[in-house]
This record gives sequence, C-alpha cells and structure tokens, in this order.
Amino acid sequence: MNTNWFDFEKEIAEMHSQLVKAEETHAQGKLDMSDTIEHLTKKIKEAQTTIYSQLSGWQKVQISRHQDRPYTLDYIENICTDFVELHGDRHIKDDKAIVGGWAKIDGQSVMIIGQQKGRNTKQRQMRNFGMPNPEGYRKALRLMKLAEKFNRPVITLIDTPGASPGLEAEERGQGEAIARNLLEMSVLNVPIICIVIGEGASGGALGIGVGDRVMMMEYTWYSVISPESCSSILWRTWDKKELAADALKLSATDMKGNGLVDGIIPEPLGGAHHNPEEAFANVKATILSELQTLKAMSPEQLVNARIEKFSAMGVVQELPA
Amino acid sequence: MAVNHSDFDDLPMESSDSTWYKRTLSGILTKTKDKKPTPDGLWEKCKRCKEVVPSKEWLANHCVCPSCHYHERIGSAEYFEILFDDGNFTELNANLSSGDPLNFVDSAPYTDRVVVAQKKTGLKDAVRTAHGVINGQALCVACMDFAFIGGSMGSVVGEKIARAIDHSLATKTPFLMISKSGGARMMEAAFSLMQMAKTSAKLALLAKAGIPYISLMTNPTTGGVTASFAMLGDFNIAEPEALIGFAGPRVIKETIGKDLPKGFQSSEFLLEHGFLDFIVDRTELKATLSRLLSHIQD
Ligand SMILES: [Zn+2]
Repeated sequence: MNTNWFDFEKEIAEMHSQLVKAEETHAQGKLDMSDTIEHLTKKIKEAQTTIYSQLSGWQKVQISRHQDRPYTLDYIENICTDFVELHGDRHIKDDKAIVGGWAKIDGQSVMIIGQQKGRNTKQRQMRNFGMPNPEGYRKALRLMKLAEKFNRPVITLIDTPGASPGLEAEERGQGEAIARNLLEMSVLNVPIICIVIGEGASGGALGIGVGDRVMMMEYTWYSVISPESCSSILWRTWDKKELAADALKLSATDMKGNGLVDGIIPEPLGGAHHNPEEAFANVKATILSELQTLKAMSPEQLVNARIEKFSAMGVVQELPA
Repeated sequence: MAVNHSDFDDLPMESSDSTWYKRTLSGILTKTKDKKPTPDGLWEKCKRCKEVVPSKEWLANHCVCPSCHYHERIGSAEYFEILFDDGNFTELNANLSSGDPLNFVDSAPYTDRVVVAQKKTGLKDAVRTAHGVINGQALCVACMDFAFIGGSMGSVVGEKIARAIDHSLATKTPFLMISKSGGARMMEAAFSLMQMAKTSAKLALLAKAGIPYISLMTNPTTGGVTASFAMLGDFNIAEPEALIGFAGPRVIKETIGKDLPKGFQSSEFLLEHGFLDFIVDRTELKATLSRLLSHIQD
C-alpha cells in the first residue's frame, strides 16, 4: 500500500503508521492486536471517504501527479496482451515521451498510444517528464494511420504536463505537429477512445485527445494550462495555484458537467495508486464497453459524430445588432 | 533581426507569463514617450528606425515603414480594407459575443474584462470574419484583432472561424485566415482549448472538399493558435519578422536556462526550418494572394 501521503491526508498517514505498528506487534505473536487493527482500518477508511468526497481542484491535481500513480505502460501491461511496441516518427527520432503499439484487449487488437512519464531521475529524463516533442506527436499520428489502414480502433492514454518547450521542439514545428494531429484525428476512419489517466495539460494533451469518446479518470485534470502557470499569468505569482485550479474548473466532474468530456472512470478510494488493480479493471471495462458501441458504427457515422461533438463546444451569445 | 514580442506579456494568454510582464514595463513606457514628439497626428514615427513619415504615406503603405520595412501591427479593419476590392465586404456573425461558462474571476470578473475590451476597441471579440472579392476572386477571410485581449482565442474566436469555414464550404470559396494571437484565452480554460479541435476539424472538412486554405501568420502567432488552424494551411505564409511559435520565448528561455538565438521563432526562422511557404510583405499581400489563387482556382 502507498506510503507517500499528501499533506491533506495527514490524519490518515498517522493512523496508517499506527496500523503498521499494530500489525507488526500482532505478527510477532506477543499481543493480540486484532481489535486495534480492525478499529484503525475502519477509521482510515472513514477518513478517506470523507476527505475524498470533498477534494478541491488543486488536491485532484496533486493526486494526478502522485509518484506512484500508474502510467501508460502500467496500463498496457496490466490490461493488454501481445503488446508490440512500435517506435519512431520515420523522420527524426523515437520520442520516448510517447509510447505506442499494437495490443490486445480481451482478444481485440487495438493501437494503443500514450504519454509516458518516468519513475526515477534517469527514467524521467529519458521520458522528458512525459512532455512530447514534435516527433512524438508525429509518431502517434503514424501509428493512428496504421490503425486506420488495418481497420483497428485507437486507444490513447493522456498523461502530460504539456508539450515540450525548447529550441528543438520549435525548430521541428511543435505547433504544426499538434495541429496536424487535431486535423487528422478528427477524420480518422476508425473508433478513437481517449482517456486522461493523469495530467491533461493543454495542446500537449489534446494532440492525442480528439476522440469519439474522451474519458477522464476520477482524480485527473484537463485544461488549457496548469494551475501554476495560470496563477503566474493571471495573478503574477506562483502562490495562487489553488485558486487557479478552482477557477479553471479542470476536474473530471467539472469537465463532464461542462460537456467537454464524455465520461468519468471511477478510481479506487485514495486514488489509482492505492489500488492499481482496481484502476486497471475500471479502465479496461470502460474501453471494452465503449468499443462495443463504437465498433457498431460506420466510419462515416463515427467521423460525423466526432466532428459534431467538438463543433458544439463553446459558449457564445448573439448581441443585439 | 528584431522579433517583436515584448508587447503581449501583460495578457491572459497561455504564452505570456509574469516575469516577462515585469521586464517589459520599461518597454511599455518607452512606447508612450515615442508618441510624444509626433506632431498633431499628421506624422507617424516608425517604432523601429524612428523615421518620421507623413500619416497619409504611412497609411497608403499599409502601415509598413517605407524606410526599414517594419510592419506595424494593424487590425481586421485595415486588413479588410487592404484586401477586399473597393473595401467592400459582407461581415459574418458580427454580433457574436463571449459567454462566461466558467464564471471566471481573477483580479476582475471575465465579463467585465470583455465589456472593457469591447468599449476600448469597438470590437465584439478577437476575430472578425467576412466574405468579399479580391481582384475579382471571391474570398472568405477571418482576421484576428490583437487589440482585443491580445487576440486570445476563446469560444467566440473558435465559433466565428468555424462558421466562416462553413461559409467557405457552402459557397466553395477559398478561405484565408489571418492569425495574430497570444494563444488560448485563459478565462475560458478548457472551452478555449477545445476551439483548437473544433477549428481543426472544420479545416479537415474544407480539405476534403478540395477548397483552398491560406494561413497568414502575423506578429505574434503563438500557443494554441499555432497548434491548430494557423499551421494547417495548404499554404502557410507570414508577414516579415513576425513572432511565430508554440511555446512563448520566455517560457523556453526559462526552461533551457539560456538566451535564445537571434531571430529564433521569427518568420524567417520558420521559413528556414520548412514551416512556411513564403514570407510576404504586407504591401504585396493582395497581389500575391491573387497570383497564388490564380493557379488553383478555375
Ligand atoms: Zn522604419
């Protein structure tokens, strides 16, 4: 079980360390601690239920970034079989911030693509903190086109703090790469399911996020900018990130409420990292059920509905002339 | 070469940021000082080479300095005047205005900011769309206005561009997009973000229908605008020395911890790296568009 607690879980963390001690004592056979263990377990669950029923936007952002949270390759490993990873954009290089390839879910072949973060310093550098370069978006598009060619659905897993800002990214056309994906994904002739599994930051997320179904896991965020950067631009300080997180309405519930995503995938109590198996099962079940619906639609129906859905997003009013 | 990117930092757009704002306060003051010696509006002083030019000549040259070719920023009214024959055009969806889907409040409520911008500029939002004729050829144009909250893209910008593309589709008219924007408008958050998907999807339909799309990038074109419609032209073109990029220069500078190379993210840089078809002087814009379209329109 997770032991990296958030500041807002202090109370749980204390009870948890008592629980660990009680379990140790019990295991040593000196004292029967079963009553204490039962009591603490119940208390922890109660506290978690209370805390997790009233999370703020910023707290959800923190959960989405937890270091033990499952990443794209964890999902692929645990919900798929026969994964064949495919590399490279055929122009520049293989961007390790985006992974993708063929995989089978319950025997059905899909093209699965996602941003990949690293768990330790070395991996984080290799994965560029999950911030893709243009070649990452171009690799993703190449794989999506393969999926279209061989008539297989596309699954994308979104988890990025943003597209990489840098000299090389600009030289190679970061803007063009993302733009091209938006255009091509909107008319791709196979089903596309996009799932925000962690962070969904701006164009970097949307670059693999135009789908027939766009789902968010319960404790993830998706917006035009991170709360920190928003705070720095609008309030001219990094300290208003909590305020910015609320103002941006970036949580799954707000995004669903505003009709900007299609659904929410529930997470285990305490977040996906508390019980990855449950998170994997929920994601898998969602993919399978959505695939069943989408596979029944013709390519034309899919594309029309996809374009109509994104075209309807936005709130405008007609002023009197 | 000088890229003009010191003047959109105090704005609620994704590619600006606070440190940038502080550093350019002095720059903003300099600009006011520049205006002072200009006598009674009959003369214009070039912001770059400081040449003083009679206003009449300045306007006849489309606000391009006759001496150093500095392209002063202009808005949709000027572009429409430059492009459409006899200045005649029909505006589309002229009264579309912003909602406030998120009830967004930072230092001021978003609705107040919109009203202030509308009063200050006489515009309804950061893009105007119109159709008309240029040198006898029908053309549908969407042109952004930097004066309106930095040309930032919210629902109105996305919706008006989408409807202008619908007009192009319905009338089989070529589409010209003139971009000038710091990116997505923060106060509409994810609604702004989704305008990128919306406009790109519409452009996919335009492409399928075989209708030409020309994207003209002007100073500045950054953030979500670059990462959607601005980069999707059959022909991507730009005015000289415009700032064009995805991430803002300050963000990149802070990320890499080094000064940016000279001319980085300029039109000339993008041409060199293969992302533009050509750079066009504003004084040549109309003739060049006509010549380009003459090859592909029957
Ligand atoms: Zn000059």
